[in-house]
Order: sequence, then C-alpha cells, then structure tokens
Amino acid sequence: MSETLKGQAGSGLVVPPYPPEAPGTHPPLDYPDYRSTRLRFPRRPLVALPQRLGEVTGPLLGEGRVGQRDHDLTVQHPGEPLGERIVVEGRVLDGAGRPVGGTLVEVWQANAGGRYRHDGDQHPAPLDPNFSGAGRCVTDAEGRFRFVTVKPGAYPWGNHHNAWRPAHIHFSVFGRAFVQRLITQMYFPGDPLFTFDPILSSVPQAARERLVSRLDMGLTTPEWALGYRWDIVLRGRDATPLEDGEDDG
Amino acid sequence: MTLPPTPSQTIGPFFAVGLPWPDGPDVVPEGTLGAIRIGGRVLDGAGDPVPDALVETWQADPQGRFAHPDDPRGPADPGFRGFGRCPTDAEGRWAVRTVKPGPLPAPGGGVEAPHLNVSVFARGLLGRLVTRVYFPDEPGANAADPLLGSIPDPAVRARLVAVADGDRLRFDIHLQGDQETPFLAI
Repeated sequence: MSETLKGQAGSGLVVPPYPPEAPGTHPPLDYPDYRSTRLRFPRRPLVALPQRLGEVTGPLLGEGRVGQRDHDLTVQHPGEPLGERIVVEGRVLDGAGRPVGGTLVEVWQANAGGRYRHDGDQHPAPLDPNFSGAGRCVTDAEGRFRFVTVKPGAYPWGNHHNAWRPAHIHFSVFGRAFVQRLITQMYFPGDPLFTFDPILSSVPQAARERLVSRLDMGLTTPEWALGYRWDIVLRGRDATPLEDGEDDG
Repeated sequence: MTLPPTPSQTIGPFFAVGLPWPDGPDVVPEGTLGAIRIGGRVLDGAGDPVPDALVETWQADPQGRFAHPDDPRGPADPGFRGFGRCPTDAEGRWAVRTVKPGPLPAPGGGVEAPHLNVSVFARGLLGRLVTRVYFPDEPGANAADPLLGSIPDPAVRARLVAVADGDRLRFDIHLQGDQETPFLAI
C-alpha cells in the first residue's frame, strides 16, 4: 500500500462523525405482519462498520438533475390531473436542527384514484393520462423543498385479506453523507387506515407520528390548494469532528 | 437542539415510477479508460430473484478521493460522480459501469482496500441494507482491510469480494439464506 496514504492517516485527516440514531427510530427488518419481509430480511447479525471517509461523504447530486418544473406534478402533461390539488412543503434537517441545503429530494406516488403508473400495479382504478406521479427538487439553503401535486388515493394490496394502504407519498433523500441516505413515506393526518397498515405500524409507536404531515392553513392557498407540511430529519452530525487515527472505531 | 430522526419505510414495488435515471448505472461514462462492469443478482431467502430492488453504489475515484467537500485531502477527479443507481430487472440483475477506486486511509495508520459502498432497497425491506464490494485482484489489500479483518469466518468474508467473470465482476446479493451477504451496521 502507498506510503502517502499511511502518512495521511492520523496526521490531520478529519472525519465528521454521525452518532448512531436512538433505538426506537426505524422499523425492524423482521416484521411478519408485512408479508414480503419474510424471505428478504437478513437473518445474520449486521457487521459493525466504523465510519470512515466513504461513510461520511456521499453523492451531492443537485441542480443538474432537476428541471424547473420537476417539483410540480400537475404540469407534466397537456391537461391538469384529476383529484384534490395539494402543496407539500417542508425542510430537510439534520438531528441537530441544521438545514440540509442542496440535497436532492425525489418523490413518487399513486394518482388520486390510488393507481400507480406502473405495469405491476393491478388495482382496477383508472390511470390518469395527465398524471405520472414522479417529482424531484433540490432543497434551498434553508433545507426547504416544495411539491405541487394531487392527493394520492388509498389502494388495496395483497398483504392480507382486505388490505388497504393509507394515502402516502414516497420520499427519497440523500443528505450529505452515505450514512444519511433515507427512503421513507409521508402520510396524511387523521387517515382511518393507519391502524390497519402493517407498513406504518412497523415503525415503533412513538416514532410513527413523524411520518404524518400536518394540514397547514398558512401554506394552504385560498381558492386553489390545501397545504401539507412535513419536515424530514436525517441522522445528525456531531459538532466536533474527530481526528481519524485517534479512534479505533 | 436535538430533533428525532425520521423513520425509514420500504421503497415498495413501484419506485420505478420515479427513481431510475437513464444514466443511473453509469458511475463513469462509456469509453472511460479502465472502466469495468460490476453487477450480479439480488436473491431472496428461497434463492429466487428479487425483481423490485434498487442497488446504489458510492465510491472514491482511482486516487482514493471522494467527490465531496468533507474529504479533507482535496478534490476527486473533475467530473467524477462516484455514485451509481440501478434497479434490478425481472431476473434480479443489476450492474453499474465504473472504475476501480483507490485505497483509503483507515484508523491507526491502516488502509482500507479498494471497495464500493452499496445500498440495497426493495419491497419487503423496511430499511436500507448496506454492504460492500471488494475486488478479487487485491488479495494483499483485502487481507489488511479492517472491515474484512473483523469478519472471523473466511467463507463469510469472501462473500464481500466480487468474482471475476470474463471482463466483468460479479457480485450477487443474497438477502437471506445459506449464502446470505454480510450486511453492515453504519
């Protein structure tokens, strides 16, 4: 191995650490009520990977990937999609409350009838020729994102008899580090399907409400659209970086 | 101020509506000197292909530098993205076109062998799985790698090393079963 690299380790290489998230945040991978987990969750214990350069860095994919109207799912076709027009706005923050600016946020969702524009979706609800259901944007310096879309419908799925997913929008966020990568789902307040849904219920109870947006009358636009607000909190970064080489991981 | 983190949820079966990018699998453009194809299949605990997984890769450039300001050693090669994204096909196959990354400095004066960090998302996975791809032509570096060295069973350790397959490197990801891939807690 190169002497240069050996010389660099322990001589000023500074790696900002991301402390582990508190237990009770994420769902367990082994969750029998969600049937598809059965043959897909790893059974061996995870191997500890101390954070090094490759974990505290991550893809910074910004402006070049996003068109000016990509955040507006209602203007991607010649006509307007059917359904209840909504604005979804929020911030991407880290665990210390700092905004995560310049990060790519991608969303996808069913149409107002509860149907995805996907060959695998067999739900006999109509497709909407004016709705694709995908959007993206890059957060501003304050970590803000904003999407204009229609409220997705609930839809049935094959998990168990009479299984229905509550209305939700899928979110994919990068943050600034490999350890911050997050894919999750945003729900709508007061949905009576919550208690029947094993995917939301897989989240420890105290953390579930973090996935539910709130109706915001300040964001709601008179005579035009309801506004829902939802912040995404990624794993926090310690204020004090630790010097590589002083820590055995 | 401490804010509670947002919980993870499954990517679900319909992410192809929004996540695949036309250039997703191109960590480097076609024609890049030293470009290689790395890929394989994602398989479930019954050995069946997983046709609705998304595999993402993150890596350093051939000099071992990251396209990121938190790499304190200076910038990566100009234009080097370091990131790949590929949904699996009906047979569970994924692949990216990339270049072999350089080694990385590790704690205590050690060196991490060249590797790709890998994220796996799928229907039925309520959170991301993380693993790594190491290179079969680096036996010396792999023997000195701190992560590989932390896995006592050589047969399990070997599952993190890709297999040469003609001009490609094959890396199958077994979510579960006898050949289960070692997944990492970060």
